[in-house]
Amino acid sequence: MLNRRTLMAAAGVALGCLAAVPAAAQEVIKVGLILPMTGPFASTGRQVSAGAKAFIAAKGDTVAGKKIELVIRDDAGTADQTRRIAQELVVNDGAKVLAGFGLTPLAMAVAPVATQAKIPSIVMAAGTASITKASEYITRTSGTLPQYSLPVGTWAAQNGIKKVVTLVSDYGPGIDAEKWFSKEFKAKGGEITEAVRVPLANPDFAPFLQRVRDAKPDAVFVFLPSGAGSLFMKQFADRGLADAGIKLIATGDVTDDDILNSMGKPALGTITGHFYATAHDSPENKAYVEAFEKANNGMRPNFMSVGGYDGMALIYAALEKTKGDASGPAFMEAVKGLSWTSPRGPVSIDPETRDIIQNIYMREVKEVNGELHNVEFATFEALKDPEKAEAK
Amino acid sequence: MLTILFDGVAYGMLLFILACGLTVTLGLMNFINLAHGAFAMAGGYVTVIMMNRYGISFYWCLPAAFIVAAFIGLILERTLYQWLYQAPHLDQVLFSIGLVFMAIAATDYFMGGQQQLINLPPELSGRMDVFGVGVGRYRLFTIILCAVLAVALQLILSKTRFGSRLRAAVDDRRVAMGLGINVPVVFALTFAFGSGLAGLGGAMGAEILGLDPNFPLKFMIYFLIVVSVGGTSTVSGPFLAALLLGIADVAGKYYVPAIGPFVIYALMIIMLIVRPNGLFARGGR
Repeated sequence: MLNRRTLMAAAGVALGCLAAVPAAAQEVIKVGLILPMTGPFASTGRQVSAGAKAFIAAKGDTVAGKKIELVIRDDAGTADQTRRIAQELVVNDGAKVLAGFGLTPLAMAVAPVATQAKIPSIVMAAGTASITKASEYITRTSGTLPQYSLPVGTWAAQNGIKKVVTLVSDYGPGIDAEKWFSKEFKAKGGEITEAVRVPLANPDFAPFLQRVRDAKPDAVFVFLPSGAGSLFMKQFADRGLADAGIKLIATGDVTDDDILNSMGKPALGTITGHFYATAHDSPENKAYVEAFEKANNGMRPNFMSVGGYDGMALIYAALEKTKGDASGPAFMEAVKGLSWTSPRGPVSIDPETRDIIQNIYMREVKEVNGELHNVEFATFEALKDPEKAEAK
Repeated sequence: MLTILFDGVAYGMLLFILACGLTVTLGLMNFINLAHGAFAMAGGYVTVIMMNRYGISFYWCLPAAFIVAAFIGLILERTLYQWLYQAPHLDQVLFSIGLVFMAIAATDYFMGGQQQLINLPPELSGRMDVFGVGVGRYRLFTIILCAVLAVALQLILSKTRFGSRLRAAVDDRRVAMGLGINVPVVFALTFAFGSGLAGLGGAMGAEILGLDPNFPLKFMIYFLIVVSVGGTSTVSGPFLAALLLGIADVAGKYYVPAIGPFVIYALMIIMLIVRPNGLFARGGR
């Protein structure tokens, strides 16, 4: 009996070795994608992961002779989970690159792991400017709040808007947006009559909107995370602010393409500044939107999805440059100065700050073929993140 | 000024409809049901599905939300809740908070995590001027409907036979049973009615408060504040408490936006110090 058991064990080991051989022939690079797939920010996770998958579906799963394997993990939007998952991915699963990070605190929680393990980490969604300063190994393919709030200020000042009330969510990105919009708008001769900050978990916008109405500005500048934005839009219309002659200008988060269509009429005419619109007119984007909608049951790709898509584009381009070397220092060196054509237009990575340089588009919500879309009408080309540009 | 008062009243009325079911289960049936918000969410999603997928009128959605939430309440009461009436409060809390998380996960799975929006019929949207005061039509509708419900509820509890049976069943279950009152049926109906009201509140609140899978958790605090400030032994207590909180919340956010969100919590603490058993307590329990 004992003999037979040893024999079987030996056979098992031999089989195991056999199975391992073909895998070793083509080395696998694991990319750990940490995203909020459940909880209040699940739509971020869904969009980013679908974007990343769309890239692999379009470009194949091999680059520089290495097979790319996506490992998607859910952090439910809590920072301590993100950090624990990042450690597990690096230590147990041998992930060579980390990516994803739906919110600023989640990205911040990973920064120490990235620094210590020298793991390149690609921010695909979070938008506070300071994230890339937290670690040498962090780069970004979404965008920063200052980057797309500032042009809205420029546009407003140039288009006859004199008095503005700002209304932002009271947390990191909101304060970034308020600061950079106001700064630019004032520098160009505008006046901020009031700055309202709304708590993040705020059920009813009524009092804040009434305050805006009573201040009688020419326009109200708004940043809110995308879900809250849709609710805001309805109440904005209901309170008759548009009838009172108050224009709504915002960052693109408020008119998130994913839910824009369900906002209905009140959203029409909203002016926003952002880096991506589903309706962006380019052959790259047409192909992307078509493939994305087909693979995701008609879901519209929004700016988060394109962050995921470009995150993968960045990984592929960097690996090609390093000839498949995914070790931290070599990878990050390759990332600096990379440029490519994304569905959103030309983008590149700033060699000094590792943050993304991209066009910011001014858009207006219009009805196109019976659906609401952000239609671009002006472009601010190749903008850097203003916060880090100023710090130098 | 008057617009703020009006908005506050509308918000308070909505809070009352959402929370009064909780008053009934907590105060009258002595059961801590933290999953109350889940019934409200169910009502909200019924409305969203009916309006957005099948294009049914908003006015039909309201009774439907009530009936569906009440029906779910009835089933859960018969299958799960009734076993916990005699259990310690901690068990009830753990059980119902577990239900909340299950409801959140299930909703997220079936409906997705995004904000759900409904488009109101045109006669309810926008605002009008009444003697120079800007009044949101939908908020006015909310106030009227909720006021009618509040009066009806008070009458049912104090004047009808069912109301007296319920109060008897709560005061002394054994004696009530001895008198031939079918206590389990009374409780089940009450629970279903409370859940139905929550469902109605959720349906009406979808427009003002928003609706996403985290609704039950987001509003649990508000429900509990209303119930703890208002006391659990009457309907009028929570009614006034909800109005007070609604007005304080809206006015606080309007006049002192920097500390606006804290106003209702400060108010709650003061009320609990001054009247620990609620605004209209029947004396200590």
